[in-house]
Amino acid sequence: MDTIFALASARGKAGIAVMRISGPRAWEAAQRLAGDLPPPRRLGLRVLKDSAGDEIDQALVACFEEGASFTGEPVVELSLHGSIASVDSVHRQLEAMEGLRLAEAGEFTRRSLMNGCLDLAQVEGLADLIEAETEAQRKQAYRVLSGSIGRRAELWRERLVRAASLIEASIDFSDEDVPDGLDQATIADLAALAEELAAEAEAGRCAERVREGFEVAIIGRPNVGKSTLLNTLAGRDAAITSEIAGTTRDVVEVRMDLAGLPVTFLDTAGLREATDQVERLGVARALDRARAADLRIALREGDETLPLALDSDDIVVRAKSDLEPGDGAGVSGLTGAGVDDLVARIGEVLRMRASGAGVTIRARHREALRKASVALDRAVTRLAEEGAPVEIVAADLREALRALDSLVGRVDVEELLGEIFASFCIGK
Amino acid sequence: MIGTMSCNPAIGGLGKGHIVREIDALDGIMGRAADAAGIQFRLLNRRKGPAVQGPRAQADRQLYRGGIQGAIAEQPNITVVEGEVVDLLMRQGEVRGVVLGDGTEIAAGAVVLTTGTFLRGVIHIGSERYEGGRIGEGPSQRLAGRIEEFDLALGRLKTGTPPRLDRTTIDWDVLDRQPGDETPVMFSFLNTRPAARQIACGITHTNPKTHDIIRNNLERSAMYGGGIESQGPRYCPSIEDKIVRFSDKESHQIFLEPEGLDESTVYPNGISTSLPRDVQEAYVRTISGLGSARIVQPGYAVEYDYIDPRALRANLELANVPGLFLAGQINGTTGYEEAAGQGLVAGLNAARKITGEASVILSRSDGYLGVMIDDLVTRGVTEPYRMFTSRAEFRLSLRADNADQRLTPLGITVGCVGQARRAAFESKSEALEGARARLNGVKVTPKEASESGIRINQDGNRRTLMELLAFPSVCFEDLEALDRSLADVAMPIREQLEREALYANYVARQEADVAAMRRDEALAIPEDFDYRELSGLSNELTEKLERARPATLGQAARVEGMTPAGLTLVLVSLRQRDARRAG
Repeated sequence: MDTIFALASARGKAGIAVMRISGPRAWEAAQRLAGDLPPPRRLGLRVLKDSAGDEIDQALVACFEEGASFTGEPVVELSLHGSIASVDSVHRQLEAMEGLRLAEAGEFTRRSLMNGCLDLAQVEGLADLIEAETEAQRKQAYRVLSGSIGRRAELWRERLVRAASLIEASIDFSDEDVPDGLDQATIADLAALAEELAAEAEAGRCAERVREGFEVAIIGRPNVGKSTLLNTLAGRDAAITSEIAGTTRDVVEVRMDLAGLPVTFLDTAGLREATDQVERLGVARALDRARAADLRIALREGDETLPLALDSDDIVVRAKSDLEPGDGAGVSGLTGAGVDDLVARIGEVLRMRASGAGVTIRARHREALRKASVALDRAVTRLAEEGAPVEIVAADLREALRALDSLVGRVDVEELLGEIFASFCIGK
Repeated sequence: MIGTMSCNPAIGGLGKGHIVREIDALDGIMGRAADAAGIQFRLLNRRKGPAVQGPRAQADRQLYRGGIQGAIAEQPNITVVEGEVVDLLMRQGEVRGVVLGDGTEIAAGAVVLTTGTFLRGVIHIGSERYEGGRIGEGPSQRLAGRIEEFDLALGRLKTGTPPRLDRTTIDWDVLDRQPGDETPVMFSFLNTRPAARQIACGITHTNPKTHDIIRNNLERSAMYGGGIESQGPRYCPSIEDKIVRFSDKESHQIFLEPEGLDESTVYPNGISTSLPRDVQEAYVRTISGLGSARIVQPGYAVEYDYIDPRALRANLELANVPGLFLAGQINGTTGYEEAAGQGLVAGLNAARKITGEASVILSRSDGYLGVMIDDLVTRGVTEPYRMFTSRAEFRLSLRADNADQRLTPLGITVGCVGQARRAAFESKSEALEGARARLNGVKVTPKEASESGIRINQDGNRRTLMELLAFPSVCFEDLEALDRSLADVAMPIREQLEREALYANYVARQEADVAAMRRDEALAIPEDFDYRELSGLSNELTEKLERARPATLGQAARVEGMTPAGLTLVLVSLRQRDARRAG
């Protein structure tokens, strides 16, 4: 039995996000994130760390024993700070653990049902819930599958079904007049498909951002005016600003609407070799958050280097342009000079990303694409080996097809057989 | 006559060979009879992996029939009564025996009905059309009338045969030969070598002249002239079909399969037809090697009744006619192997019904028999159903080589496995387990492995010998250098362990799927469950579920068009029933 996890609270910004893990490995998974677990049914405050030992977030951890949980299985609930970055980070950590996977729609409830952990009233309420879920799925599927985008998904599927049917034909009808295995063109196409799916999974991340908002981190050395800029952007005193360098020790977030897109600005601690331990933590966190953000605005006073590699899209602006006029784009949080230009540039970059957003909207779709891509990669690698067993390649292709099922509907063996019989003259 | 092969004289093949092995693992007689009758053995897909290799043999018709009849005669407590069953004896809605054409009544606790192509069979040769189950034998009409009263969904299917040729009129010298394998692979776990003399089959091809004749006479074919409307199998098209649907192909392969060592007829596999006799003769004679071939019996198409198998339970008993079990073509399948597999399961369960024991239900993860029956009872058929390895989602673990490991223990438990097989199985299992334990018990470092000549990643990970065996480049012999005691492991055991190791990673990955399926299979849906009472289920799905009447949640999941939401609704409703009962 797989251990499943999913966000139990609503997606998007909230004070708290609850990640629920259920199944035989739930406690083990939580232990790897949080270290020692609190006793069952007691809340414990823990620092969550990733597999490299870096901190992700602080969380309230609650463990439930088998038979005494919502699903009837061992369950852990992690109450995280409700930011997309920390939720994503925990998501990635869990996803990478063996035996864990993202829960399917209604799966927690289904497990509770299987284990007899819902009372009659809850069970009766569930039918309505499923109705709603079904409707949501239908609309989702419609959105994903309509228009040119739908045709693309259909094309992926056709290519995969075609390759799978060629493989199946070479296995089940080897005595007939069918090609033996896959030709080079089909193998090359599978490799291309694996890449396309992986790219789409990445683009899907962007589509998710459209719904949940982009994160833009303001970075720079201490006292370069990051907080002042944020305050100007937000029009209110969100971050405490003072003349003393290193005032912002934690990450301050301000969410706003920018050019029609939901954007969260992150004001991070100034990047410098900190002497104070608290500030050092703040700097480490600033770096993490800045890396994870969708876009970075680097404020620079001179030609100082920042301990963070910038992406090509990232925006570098001259800070405190009111004090030191110079060449290039400058901004002054104090006077507001250059802020409009900066906002326009940010909007431009993000709109570009939003329009490049993939067809896949939900994390589940991204997961499906990723799985399909991984299975395809495995198949392609095997096909390159001499004398690779085709039935194992076929198993990989089937895994990829199954992963795509959630995107484009179910493919079953009848469809493969149909393709085979339509393409080849079977029957000696 | 029992044991008559009415279609081509061959047993096994891909998927089908797997079924024969499973039948043999449960001590059915098909594998042993085929081994006794085999005159050309070939292991299909020999160059592919063991999971998709299927044993196949050309059989001598007489030897096969003799093998089957001999095995039946040897079995105590079986009396063979020959006669046409014209009616069923009914008592309080249950089937309690049969009535023969001469009026004899035979009482029984349960009946297994295997009508083949006889149920209202109609034979077509061109525009000729007459009633019959196969050439020279009448159809079953009165019984069909009785079955009609049971309120079951009936359908018509079609199958066809090629003309049979006189062997002595074929010019074998101009033909390619297809010999059997050098080391023949047997069907039965109890046999090691063929009993009969081995022969080769001939290979020839159709050509544009053949195609022209067929094309010019299409409207005279029963299929294309409108004489037949029922569905034939896509994987076994008539030669007319091949030429119409694949018009760009200038040639189709034909295997010339001798029907036996002493028989003078040859079965030309690949040219089944419903064209008139004169056209059959004309096109056959255009084919290389068949220029003066004489047709002994013309090819024909046969249409027959089948019962929508969704009316069956997984024990192959009709849900609404207690005591009546069905097997074979009456369930919409085709093929000797598919029929034999169902016959075994139906017979076993009919006997167990009489003795009051629980039905034996095979799951999709147990074997091809489970896959086939589940496909039939949950999804029904739209064409004659034949087994393919691609139908088995757990194909890598359902291999022909491990059918005994998968099923013989079950056979021993339910009492259908005889003493000889049991003893053979137990000694093999012991050897297998012993060797497996040794492979799992020894761990070596990559350095130790490479010192013994096995090249693997020097990643510092200690691996068991079993894990080493999973590397494609490693074979059992290589391991002997690491553990001298392995030298005494017998060849068949080595091969078995190599096959296990080859798929170990994939099989482990599928274990979660198997467990999930088994969990859903464990959740029974009561027979009186009313899908119409489920709010939120679409009309279409309600209808499909009503028809398939899945016995478990797992089966319900495989009903065509099922959705996760629909499945959860069923589950919710099952839980409500439980709660009401408990409350």
